[in-house]
Amino acid sequence: MSLLEIRDLEVAFNTSDGVVRAVRGLSFDVDRGQTLAIVGESGSGKSVATQTITGLTRGAKVTGRATFDGVDLLQADRQTLQKIRGARIGMIFQDPLSSLHPYYRVGWQIVEMLRAHDKSISKSAARDRAAYLLSQVGIPHAKERIDDYPHQFSGGMRQRVMIAMAMALEPDLLIADEPTTALDVTVQAQVLTVMRRLQEEMGTAIILITHDLGVVAEMSDQIVVMYAGHAMEKAGRRELFYGYHNPYTEGLLASLPVHGNAGRLQPIAGTPPSTIDPPARCAFAPRCPYVFDRCWQEDPPLRTVYDDPAHSSACWLPTDRAGRQAARAKLAEARAVAEEPV
Amino acid sequence: MLRFLVRRTLLGVFVLWVITVLTFTLFYVAPNNVAQTLAGRQATPQVVAAISKRLGLDQPLWKQYVDFVWHALHGNLGYDYYYQLPVTHIIATALPVTLSLVLGAAVIWLLLGVTNGVLSAVYPRSLVDRGLTTFAIFFYSFPSFVLGLVLLYFLYYRLTLSGFDWFPPGSYAPLSAGVGPWLQHMILPWITLALVLAATYTRLTRGSMLAVLGEDYIRTARSKGISESRVVLRHGLRSALTPVVTQFGIDLGQLIGGVVVTETVFSLPGIGKTNIDALTRQDLPVIVGTVMLASAAVVVANILVDVGYAFLDPRVRLH
Amino acid sequence: MSVDERGADAGPLGPTEEGAGGSQPAARAAIEGRSPWTLAIQRLRKDRAAMISLGFIILIILIAIFAPVFASITGHPPNEQYHGAQALTEAGLPKGPSGEFWWGTDDLGRDVLVRTAYGARISLLVGVLATALTVAIGVVLGLAAGFFGGFIDTVLSRLVDVVLSVPFLLAVLALVSIFGASLTITVLVIGCFSWASVARIVRGQVLSLREREFVEAARSLGSSDWRIMFVDILPNVLTQVIVYTTLLIPVVIVTQATLSFLGLGLPPPTADWGGMISGARNTYTVAPWYIGFPSAALILTTLAFNLFGDGVADAFDPRADRLISE
Ligand SMILES: Nc1ncnc2c1ncn2[C@@H]1O[C@H](COP(=O)(O)OP(=O)(O)O)[C@@H](O)[C@H]1O
Ligand code: SF4
Ligand SMILES: [Mg+2]
Repeated sequence: MSLLEIRDLEVAFNTSDGVVRAVRGLSFDVDRGQTLAIVGESGSGKSVATQTITGLTRGAKVTGRATFDGVDLLQADRQTLQKIRGARIGMIFQDPLSSLHPYYRVGWQIVEMLRAHDKSISKSAARDRAAYLLSQVGIPHAKERIDDYPHQFSGGMRQRVMIAMAMALEPDLLIADEPTTALDVTVQAQVLTVMRRLQEEMGTAIILITHDLGVVAEMSDQIVVMYAGHAMEKAGRRELFYGYHNPYTEGLLASLPVHGNAGRLQPIAGTPPSTIDPPARCAFAPRCPYVFDRCWQEDPPLRTVYDDPAHSSACWLPTDRAGRQAARAKLAEARAVAEEPV
Repeated sequence: MLRFLVRRTLLGVFVLWVITVLTFTLFYVAPNNVAQTLAGRQATPQVVAAISKRLGLDQPLWKQYVDFVWHALHGNLGYDYYYQLPVTHIIATALPVTLSLVLGAAVIWLLLGVTNGVLSAVYPRSLVDRGLTTFAIFFYSFPSFVLGLVLLYFLYYRLTLSGFDWFPPGSYAPLSAGVGPWLQHMILPWITLALVLAATYTRLTRGSMLAVLGEDYIRTARSKGISESRVVLRHGLRSALTPVVTQFGIDLGQLIGGVVVTETVFSLPGIGKTNIDALTRQDLPVIVGTVMLASAAVVVANILVDVGYAFLDPRVRLH
Repeated sequence: MSVDERGADAGPLGPTEEGAGGSQPAARAAIEGRSPWTLAIQRLRKDRAAMISLGFIILIILIAIFAPVFASITGHPPNEQYHGAQALTEAGLPKGPSGEFWWGTDDLGRDVLVRTAYGARISLLVGVLATALTVAIGVVLGLAAGFFGGFIDTVLSRLVDVVLSVPFLLAVLALVSIFGASLTITVLVIGCFSWASVARIVRGQVLSLREREFVEAARSLGSSDWRIMFVDILPNVLTQVIVYTTLLIPVVIVTQATLSFLGLGLPPPTADWGGMISGARNTYTVAPWYIGFPSAALILTTLAFNLFGDGVADAFDPRADRLISE
């Protein structure tokens, strides 16, 4: 059994403009000690999905199941959830400055976490543990800096503090929601390294959320590509990078510096659709270069592709390798014709 | 910090100086003649001149002002025109009344306002929120003199008619005369002042709390698995209180200078009542004294508010 | 220029023109092709409390305008003192509502209904004039301080500090008692001591707007300072000012009534609510109608303005949307 099993998760918000269906039928598994990456453009429902699991989404209509170590988190009462949050599921968020309380010293914030779940630990022991954790995530002079306020740290250091706090109780699962998006490129790698090291030491599973496939290239085992509230493609890392099926995945990969053809960046044209009253069609159809008649008529379900049970894609293109490659070749040909000088 | 205090104190002294100059000038250009009023209608010009001389009103304005400043620097704010009482004494008698009123009411309005504001913000758009917001905007729209009179009508007049003389119609009983009478005399004024201000604080706390509860660090606090009440109070209210404390300082400063309306409605001989009586009698030394006290209270409160702000929010540096 | 006209042309012109490019909702509205003004008015229309309040405000305005109609229908001029048995008791006390005097009489045998109607004139006149003066001074000085900066800003900011350090009610009382109560003095004095907060808000807004691209753009096109200030910046500051203005009117109305209550109102026999309430203090136990009707008029008017002002603030508030899902 996987550590976390999400099945048919639906999250909807009532707004003045209509019902926003932020997540519509999302399923995935996370195994112990493994890293699952959720990738997708901004607004695709990544944060809403993961925050709903831990009960942080307010005022939404939620259906589906989220079984964590045998407990359905969506049905769990407040007490149960509270015990799980922090102790067994740690979370870090995108903006490390606004995610730490500006009025409290970082040591206090970590100690609060420790003592919330272990009433027996003494104040001084908790403090020592907090200092140790800060040194573990690579904060120099941790013993002194424990009494500093968040604004006295740099962005990267703040995110290290967040990691130290989230990992303080050696949780089974860490949900990292765009942990490096707000950081400089050089700092990004350092923060990811710290997360990875702690993951190996503690055997923690990680859900790594990002809109940048580049970030997950090194540290994910499984990848879920999300678009307009549901999964477009699910696969192991190698399979996704080297044998993707979905045109949306292809678009994300093409916008990466490393994978772009001849270094030319090609961000996907257009913007993600609204999830208010989504029509019955492929959500990506308006932006998809492969789009054909069927795409406008039916929303494609997730189907196993390339005969690999661990690889699925929501797309009407042929599910066999040859058919998929033929489609690609056809598209390349059409493009070449269009670009030919007259 | 020290530089800040020095700078702000100097600015405060400057403000006080401007205010005394203005008060003197305005009083001088005013068309009234105190000596004539004091002497009465039938008085001969000689009598009026004698009174003028006694009060120093025959001196040129600048001389009067210099004398005033000179004496003030020696702790003497002059004597009132009518009974020759030292102004410092008049203020010392009136201040405890105003302090009783303001501090007692402050306890009520803070408790009421902050509690209601937090409740409203924690359950936004709920029935509780709607009820409390309506309550707040209702009293926010209630001019305090009308509220005072309404309370007097029902809680003094109607109750007394029904045989419960719990509340007196007004006037003051000093604490030295016992806590019971003091409370009895202060309760209606407290409610009058507190209800109107509680409404402001409910609105302020609600808005500030709503903004804070939407912050990322509140989500972090929830993700830590601490209790919801701790999230709301320890993490939310802690931040939301900063603007409330600031407003509280400003309000205290303004009110210690005299709660003119409430003191008038309940015949409390506080600073505000003293001031308005002095205004109607053109009693310059008392006017200047009370206005200076009021301005000093505002100036000091403003400095304390800034210091308090830096104390409350570790990100703020005073300079 | 009316709000509707502005609304019609602000959106599609984009951030280089007035109207769009201001606050967050403005930017978003520009994307959606709807102006922030149209959006705000739409939201305001849906706010039932605000609409009822607006209706009441219009009613009060009509009553103020047509106050003489009340006098001619009842046949009682506002300052006429009646002495008959209908008007005063044998002890010379006010008499309650009757066929002759619908809202009863006051201690001088005058018609409370007619005087309350006339009182609306004073409250609204002072409320609107003093608020207009406050906003005018505050906006001009705030724009100047924020836009020119440097020495002008320093001087004006000090001035704001000084004015905010003055105990407001005491200062107003002192000045009115010295210069004598008249409509002009009351309006001037209230205006002169209330503008500082407006100036502070406007200055803050301007400081943040000044750095924005569309002002740079205007400057690089060679617009003069004055043109930039009034054509490019002022419209962006306007939403804040409108919200503040609607909430300032009731405060001013209460201040004026308070002055009258403390005996510093317009000279008798002018009918105004604060003065009537003050006059009714001695007889409130025997003549609750005399104190009740002007009090109710005052409370309902301030309540209506406050509810409407709240609605306006909500309608322009970018956060209003975020709460809807809760
Ligand atoms: N409280 C809410 N009320 C209404 N809509 C919301 C709320 N929270 C999120 N949404 C909407 O849900 C969608 C998904 O948001 P999110 O999960 O934050 O995207 P991502 O994390 O992938 O960038 C967005 O369109 C967003 O506007
Ligand atoms: S279903 Fe059609 S539109 Fe959707 S991704 Fe596949 S090819 Fe593109
Ligand atoms: Mg997100």
